[in-house]
Amino acid sequence: MSFDQNAFIIILTGSMIAISCGLLGAFLMLRKMAMTGDAISHAVLPGIVIAFLISGSRHGLTMVIGAGLVGLIATACIEYLTQKVKLQSDASIGITFTSLFAIGIILITFLANQIDLDQDCVLYGEIAYVPIDLWITKAGTIMGPRTTYLAVINLVLAIAFVSLFYKELKLSTFDPEFAATIGLSTAGVNYGLMGMVSYTTVSSFEAVGAILVVALLVVPPATAFLWTKNLKKLLTVTAILGVLISFLGYYLAYLLNSSIAGAMASVAGVFFFVSVTLNRHQIPRIKSKMRRLREEMA
Amino acid sequence: MEDFLYFFSFQDPNVLMVVIGISLLSISAAMVGTFTFLDKKALVGDAISHAVLPGVCLAFMFSGNKNPYWIVSGAFFTGALSTYVISWVARYTKLKEDTVIASVLSIFFGVGIVLMTQLQQTGNASLSGLDHFIFGNAISIVREDLWVYGALATCIIVVLLVFYKEFKVMVFNRSFAESIGLPVKRLDFVFNSLMVLAVVTGIQAIGVVLMAALLITPAAAAKFWTDRLSRLLFLAVLFSLISGISGAYISFSLPHMPTGPWVVVVLSIIAFLSFFFSTKKGILTRWVSRRKYQSKIHRDHILKALYQAEEHDKKGLPQKDIVDNFPGKVVKTHRTLRQLKKKGYITNDRELVALTSTGNSEAKRIVRLHRLWELYMTEYMNIAPDHVHESAEKFEHIITPELERQLDKSLNFPKEDPHQSIIPRDQNKP
Repeated sequence: MSFDQNAFIIILTGSMIAISCGLLGAFLMLRKMAMTGDAISHAVLPGIVIAFLISGSRHGLTMVIGAGLVGLIATACIEYLTQKVKLQSDASIGITFTSLFAIGIILITFLANQIDLDQDCVLYGEIAYVPIDLWITKAGTIMGPRTTYLAVINLVLAIAFVSLFYKELKLSTFDPEFAATIGLSTAGVNYGLMGMVSYTTVSSFEAVGAILVVALLVVPPATAFLWTKNLKKLLTVTAILGVLISFLGYYLAYLLNSSIAGAMASVAGVFFFVSVTLNRHQIPRIKSKMRRLREEMA
Repeated sequence: MEDFLYFFSFQDPNVLMVVIGISLLSISAAMVGTFTFLDKKALVGDAISHAVLPGVCLAFMFSGNKNPYWIVSGAFFTGALSTYVISWVARYTKLKEDTVIASVLSIFFGVGIVLMTQLQQTGNASLSGLDHFIFGNAISIVREDLWVYGALATCIIVVLLVFYKEFKVMVFNRSFAESIGLPVKRLDFVFNSLMVLAVVTGIQAIGVVLMAALLITPAAAAKFWTDRLSRLLFLAVLFSLISGISGAYISFSLPHMPTGPWVVVVLSIIAFLSFFFSTKKGILTRWVSRRKYQSKIHRDHILKALYQAEEHDKKGLPQKDIVDNFPGKVVKTHRTLRQLKKKGYITNDRELVALTSTGNSEAKRIVRLHRLWELYMTEYMNIAPDHVHESAEKFEHIITPELERQLDKSLNFPKEDPHQSIIPRDQNKP
């Protein structure tokens, strides 16, 4: 196979998105907030539409701020419903994201002829169009595909966030009480993480769609979790999986002539289920070990 | 308005059909949802609703058209598969359940998207209705669909009513259900199938993405009005019906509007109104009662201060002293004093505040409760006399007359509290 520049750009962009999602998603998973990540990825939709309406473009700061804000509002809403209204947490998540997502879809339908944003794009993105969507400066020079730049910025920010706040994230994830005791703002870390997740969702939205972001947020870390217990290794394996998923997903989509984002999620699924099958004796093995220990003690 | 009359007079048999279809599905989803909500499995419903998409697409591939029988079977198959996969992964790995749900949900949906885009590439004309399954369109329901979905919904309702007692026991106390010999595993299977079926009946009218809301939201809203299961079910069904029919009406009167999002929006409005304004557990009710309680506490404290002043042979207290006694609550203290005067508990004469005889007996009551509780704590709980004040400060506001009588009796109508202060009593009462 000869070198295909478009394929390279798509795979590169996909990998960067997958790595950014995976790094943040690993912490979501460890904090038992995987479904909150799912909720945020649905909930940013109205923010995207409103920001789109205000700024008139699918790119730029308005979009990121608008959607990031809605993501944080969704997080706050879930917390409020759980803690103040005293609704059970699964229901708070379900109600928050379905209502925001519904509002988003209604806005899109209302403004269908005013904005260039359709339901398909919401669902599975347009990563295939990345090489066509070029960033052209005012002087007319072609700088290359725009989404790729967004993905680079996102990746740099995600890596910076995780490495700068690595200690804080780790501590507040594994021992929130201790973190609070030594004066770490756990709420601050939480909102920071959620803010980053919202931003990543928005920035990858165009490429992979709102719903499949979840696949990239949760599935690679969950797969990695089956193989290692060390946080640094977990993050590394997640990143490697992200690249593999993007690479194989592209060729699967090419083969089946289908959505690339969907194919990436399917490949992630294959990795996940293979890992589960290979590791499915984890729990029974632990149980029998415990039993043996108990018998020895007795 | 014309639209409204046209829609709700049901002259158009199509409209009638849509309304019947959406009503049946709202009822069945709300009923199943109430049980899943109580079982804290709400998010499994979300996973199922995303997971039916590949099934719908596979059905399209095999049958080549929008045949409801194929679609229902396909959707049921992958939906059921997803619940099985979730419990399988959760059982054999150390992954947390929410991670498993999120993973399975997104993987199934991803596979569904692959299949759907592939179908769209083939460009089969009858596939145009395929995206209705994602966001829902009740208006596209035709007679054949109604038969299938309506029959399924009726089936769900009947099964739930037949096994009402069994499911009730299972949701509220699983180990009790096991101990009285209910076939818990089989009932679980029946219930999971019902849950998948409830999602499947909704996919055409509501769409796969938002179907979860129809399971979760009605029950969550109803929970704020009642704790009885029968009433909970009734309210959930009512809320769901209202939003189902209004959603259908909105998507009928505004062209190109998908039904699902509107149903969900109406449902969410009902839910949020319930959260805030429910007379039972709403945020507002709770806030009001908390405010009431706080002002009662404040009133009690002022009365107590006045009574203690009387004990030290003072006629009363200057208003300024009372206000200074409660730093940071100047406005509140002034307001409470005005209220107490209006009720005839105190006289406020030239800056000297004194208790009236009614005020005196009310103040006595509070002081009596405080000292009785202190005595009770030392006598019966063996707590040192210098440690009981804090607790008495709280309990003086909440001890009821019945409790007071019991305390009095078990302490044998004492005269003094542990700090040798007299426990005040009204002369005319025993």
